[in-house]
Amino acid sequence: MADKESRPIAVVSKSGNSGGLADLIKRTAAEKIGPEDTVLVWPNLVYIEFISMLAITTLLLALAFFSPAPLEELASADTTPNPTKAPWYFLGLQELLVYFDPWLAGVVLPTMIIIGLVLIPYIDPNPLGKGYYTFSERKFAVTGFIFGLGLWYVLILIGVEFRGLDWSWYWPWDDPHIHKPAGAVKLVDMEVIFQNALGLSETPIVTVGRYAITLANILTWALFIGYFVVGITIPFLFMRKFYNRLGFVRYNLTMFLLLAMLGVPLKIYLRLLANIKYVLVTPWFKI
Amino acid sequence: MKKLLDRIRENVTKTQVWKSIFRHGYPDTDANRALVMFSNVILHLHPVRIRRGALKIKFTWCLGGLTFFFFVLLAITGVFLMFYYVPDTRRAYNDIKDLGSVIYFGSLFRALHRWSAHAMVFSVWMHMTRVFLTGSYKPPREFNWVVGVILLVTTLVLSWTGYLLPWDQLALWAVTVGSKMAEASPLLGNAGPFGAELGMSVNNDIAFVLLGGTVVGQSALLRFYVLHCLGLPLITALFIAVHFWRIRKDGFSGPL
Repeated sequence: MADKESRPIAVVSKSGNSGGLADLIKRTAAEKIGPEDTVLVWPNLVYIEFISMLAITTLLLALAFFSPAPLEELASADTTPNPTKAPWYFLGLQELLVYFDPWLAGVVLPTMIIIGLVLIPYIDPNPLGKGYYTFSERKFAVTGFIFGLGLWYVLILIGVEFRGLDWSWYWPWDDPHIHKPAGAVKLVDMEVIFQNALGLSETPIVTVGRYAITLANILTWALFIGYFVVGITIPFLFMRKFYNRLGFVRYNLTMFLLLAMLGVPLKIYLRLLANIKYVLVTPWFKI
Repeated sequence: MKKLLDRIRENVTKTQVWKSIFRHGYPDTDANRALVMFSNVILHLHPVRIRRGALKIKFTWCLGGLTFFFFVLLAITGVFLMFYYVPDTRRAYNDIKDLGSVIYFGSLFRALHRWSAHAMVFSVWMHMTRVFLTGSYKPPREFNWVVGVILLVTTLVLSWTGYLLPWDQLALWAVTVGSKMAEASPLLGNAGPFGAELGMSVNNDIAFVLLGGTVVGQSALLRFYVLHCLGLPLITALFIAVHFWRIRKDGFSGPL
């Protein structure tokens, strides 16, 4: 104890604390943040900021003048407007409701999007591309991100422009006031397709509470889990360099998120092309 | 005339009152330009010097700064709107109509508020895209990206809570869509997977917490109003402060 106290801790700043401002200015003038030259923030950066603020304010004022804020009729719990649309930045999720149940489209997928975004810096091991635009040095990252972003924007676009009464598909030239005929398309579950295609029986192999598990149901589970297992294993086997660069944890996270993201348009295609409603059915949740 | 103005300026800027407020001269000398960054509370967000390459507009497109600017504009126009709006379902709608008709500049402020809100959501997405494409989230800036995602979420929730306040059909049903999704949450919602098994009902699930009730009514309006005007702006301001702090500490990632 006495030992530590007797040893003085030398913390003396080089410039001292008075008359330091002149030193500071000299220091900042000579400060090299790197081999490049530096310029003073005033006026160079401050002017750019000021002008962009003026420009944007002008733009906003013009917009406000020519397009005032809308106001519809008084809220009424009795009358549901048709269609009921969320704000445009949530229309992507609302469009997903066509293809996924609310718990998936509204809760699980948005949460996965946010968690995926948060994880990006931690699963990206590539040191290149920091501080400049490039595609060739980070093809995987940029492609993945732009794909996800593009998917998001396409869903929003569809929700804004192509959905009308009863959330049916309306081309721009369709009359928005005329209801479209209710879907003559009959939707089937993947399970039923397996049953019919393979001639499987409908009697359950085992029943757990409410859950009557048929062979077809087990096959759909196998397909669903197999999608992820196969998707994670294939690059591990054939693109070992990729796996080695990421390491076990990062690789699994990356591949899981990627497969989940690709699963969204995949399920949309299954729905549109094969009229499949659910790929996996249990009494508690349906995917 | 110019000499007269110069003389006036000379005299004014040498008074005690002036010097007590502005502890630097006009930034037309290098010394003052450095001083102003230290003594001005708004400007001290900036460093004294930056790399020449960092000024390139085509690098950042001013998106982060614009997002902050929209936030400030929303706060200012929002305060104005708050003078004329009461979150009571019986009069909220009429208050908005008053803003559009009898209140001077009411229509302008409401339109500015709405456009800034849409612009802020849009510029936040664009800013995130830009940061990704320039790899400005790579070490040591990972946590700032996380803070940015948190800000994205608060921006979206701010926008959504504000959507309810006019209490028109669009507001009511847009929020109903959202609360129906909340009801469908797994585990936490009464209509979601495993919700019923965990004892979730309409009276105690996450949607009930959000709305303060089982329908989008007076409780929901008050809750959304408090969140929109007070709770979320405070949280957002806190995370904005962390976000800017991190940028100053880690340095601008911009080009050489």
